[in-house]
Amino acid sequence: MSTDTLDTLGPEGLPHMDNPSLPYLRGERIPHIWCPGCGIGTTVNCFTRALGEAVSDLDKVAIVSGIGCTGRVAGYMNLDSFHTTHGRAIPFAAGLKLARPEMKVVVYSGDGDLFAIGGNHFVHAARRNMDLMVVCVNNFTYGMTGGQLAPTTPEGASQTTMPFGNFEKPMSLPFLADAAGASFVARWTVFHVRQLTRTLREALGKQGFRFIEILAPCPTLFLRRNRLGDGVDMVRVYKERSKIRDGADTKDVDLGMDGDIIVGKFVDRERPTWLQSMNAHYQQVFGERYRPWGGVREQD
Amino acid sequence: MSKTEIRIGGLGGQGVILSGMILGRAASIHDGRHATLIQAFGPEARGSACSAQVTVSDVPIGYPYVRQPGILIVMSRDAYTQFVPQIHPEGILLYEQDLVQPENLPAGVRAFGIPATRMAEQLGRRLVLNIIMVGFCTGVTQVVSEASARQAVIDSVPRGTQKLNLDAFQAGFEFGRNLVVAPSPVAP
Amino acid sequence: MTADPLGVLTGVHFIDGDHAACEGALAAGCRFVAGYPITPSTEIVERFASRIPLVGGVFIQMEDELAASIAVQGAIWGGQKSMTVTSGPGLSLMMEHIGLAAFTEVPLVIIDVQRGGPSTGLPTLPAQADMMQVKWGSHGDYEIIALCPSSPQECFDLTVRAFNLAEQWRTPVFVMMDEVVGHMTERVQIPAPEAIEVVERRWTGLKPGDYRPFQPAEDLVPDMVRVGDGYRIHVTGLTHDERGYPAMNPAAQDKLVRRLATKIRDAGDALVDVREEACEDADVIVVSYGITSRVAQAAVEQARAQGVRVGHARLVIAWPFPSQRMAELAARTKAFVVPELNLGQMSREVERAVAGRVPVRLIDHAGGTVHEPDRILAGILEAAR
Repeated sequence: MSTDTLDTLGPEGLPHMDNPSLPYLRGERIPHIWCPGCGIGTTVNCFTRALGEAVSDLDKVAIVSGIGCTGRVAGYMNLDSFHTTHGRAIPFAAGLKLARPEMKVVVYSGDGDLFAIGGNHFVHAARRNMDLMVVCVNNFTYGMTGGQLAPTTPEGASQTTMPFGNFEKPMSLPFLADAAGASFVARWTVFHVRQLTRTLREALGKQGFRFIEILAPCPTLFLRRNRLGDGVDMVRVYKERSKIRDGADTKDVDLGMDGDIIVGKFVDRERPTWLQSMNAHYQQVFGERYRPWGGVREQD
Repeated sequence: MSKTEIRIGGLGGQGVILSGMILGRAASIHDGRHATLIQAFGPEARGSACSAQVTVSDVPIGYPYVRQPGILIVMSRDAYTQFVPQIHPEGILLYEQDLVQPENLPAGVRAFGIPATRMAEQLGRRLVLNIIMVGFCTGVTQVVSEASARQAVIDSVPRGTQKLNLDAFQAGFEFGRNLVVAPSPVAP
Repeated sequence: MTADPLGVLTGVHFIDGDHAACEGALAAGCRFVAGYPITPSTEIVERFASRIPLVGGVFIQMEDELAASIAVQGAIWGGQKSMTVTSGPGLSLMMEHIGLAAFTEVPLVIIDVQRGGPSTGLPTLPAQADMMQVKWGSHGDYEIIALCPSSPQECFDLTVRAFNLAEQWRTPVFVMMDEVVGHMTERVQIPAPEAIEVVERRWTGLKPGDYRPFQPAEDLVPDMVRVGDGYRIHVTGLTHDERGYPAMNPAAQDKLVRRLATKIRDAGDALVDVREEACEDADVIVVSYGITSRVAQAAVEQARAQGVRVGHARLVIAWPFPSQRMAELAARTKAFVVPELNLGQMSREVERAVAGRVPVRLIDHAGGTVHEPDRILAGILEAAR
């Protein structure tokens, strides 16, 4: 199924004008760079649908990516879009959000970018409840650089820099997000397009640090190297191994080469955002002398 | 004199930096001269020893460090030991006489002591020791004018403590004036 | 236009260079600072954090300098004037984002309060050893602007100017302070708001659809928009075309990199600020910048008292380096003396500019304090022989 998900190309290599995602994409930048069978396009499809349902004014949405295959998402979206440096999408997005609080700011990047080189920023943005929606496409590997070990690579999996099988313990992204203080944490796979779209839509309507992990196949590097078939085979595996458990304790959602894949909405809690906290605190300290920053978010 | 170097030394918490700030502010803002203040940073500033360097001049100041203080103000034994070798051969030493016992001073140095801690306690706040020393320095050396120093004290201390600090300044100032109008400086 | 009165602390103050630089940023209209504490720069962000609630704006202490130096770029695209503040080790961490700002033409201001290095070095003591790093530290070819204050007053004045230059040229602008200037307290006069010139962002007059984010104007600098205003811009650190889209080919690379370099290198007098004193008929010219200028001035005056004809050329703008002006001075003097708190950085630029016409004598110093004026005097006297 993943091969047809970003089906924007017609027989002449021109965009299908009736593709519902197209208004959300920069048509002149298609074709995209992703491999056949890659799951990133599916996630973008779901994201554009969620945008269409959740947001009326796309001028008020900005998307920020880091570096890597998923890091290219920002460049294809017909939004104010920023393709930043490796690992630093979150602090860029935080600055953008604080400077222009009426914007909805979405960070869209990969597991290596957000959790290896950018891990510290993720932890602190979650701790601060920065008003950002962070979408992580987790393909368990570094795709752009050729299939190296990621902090999410399951134990036992082979990677070019772990050629005899991974002996490191991977990081459980929802558990980290939960522990760091994120106000919304969910996980789906690219098999769960409907649930994923619904969750993205729900998260777009919320405030605070929202984290959505999406498991996606990297057929070229992760699947082939580990003899796991192609993208379609992996989607079948997601279907078979997934267990939907909303509200699951995030310490129980580890991933391995086999075993259950726990998906669902794990965390949904109210916490004031960083900016709300700052405004409330200084209002208390300085009273009427304080000059509040940003004010209330515009209603969509 | 066109340029005076002042070194102030003491312990953390004695208000060494603030006293340098007041002298510098008095000279540069209220006397219309030039002044620089350099304070010790790092562990030195956070631990026990503390010092400030003030240069006062009629012309813009290039080199901002104090090398040979014409005025050395010490509020601790350690500061005296550390800085007295630097003092100008004809410099003026101002010291807290209950905390510092000057010895082996170069012949040309004039030394003036003040029981500033006791005086501060009599005023009710030991914290104003540094302001007494500023008053004392002003009274003895006139490196800044009395009016400017008083204004700088007002500018520099927390609101609500201005009267107390001006009293402290006045006590130090008068103590100093009385010493210098006396026929000869008190021998250390 | 002139400064927003809300940020301007008009009056005469006895404050240190760090505090003065913060006031300069506020006067220039900076309303967003992201920082990370590092001696001897921290007082700048501490003051900003306590001033901003009543001025209106944001200070955020980020998790590291990488975060600080890119959060400010997000804020700038969000429409704010913004800066970050650091010292040598932090500047090292910011290098990738300095390249990003240069490449994506972000009007970013960074204050670097220099301390002794390399590595942790001398956190509380001065140096001027980041001068080459600030120019060349990020990978690739790019140009920046660097200003060198030599007093707390100039920390104010040049920070205002840094913001103005950043907006005008859309390249990272650095205020290259040092520990002495940063921590030295002196009289600082802050003018009335109407007497402070503030350069606004180069907002485009074009409508969405007509606007191209990296289409340069006549001075090779493109006009800007902010997010949320309907332009739907794309900004990437990849080599890009005028639409902002990645363009992975040698022609696009040549066009972009060359324009970014040329817009600064060909700015001419607009980016030359050398304060010259008695250079017209000098046998020796001292070239200095930052705190060293003050110390050198003492030596220059002593040399004159001994009958030497000495000129003093102070680099207020160190980058772009005033090569042409140095070459002109080389034609009418017999020697240059360059004192600096490093083992030879800007002295090499002077050498490059004078191209062997006259000798260039470096008076170096590994940092930790300033020169003894006598050392500079000795250098002048030897050069004059």
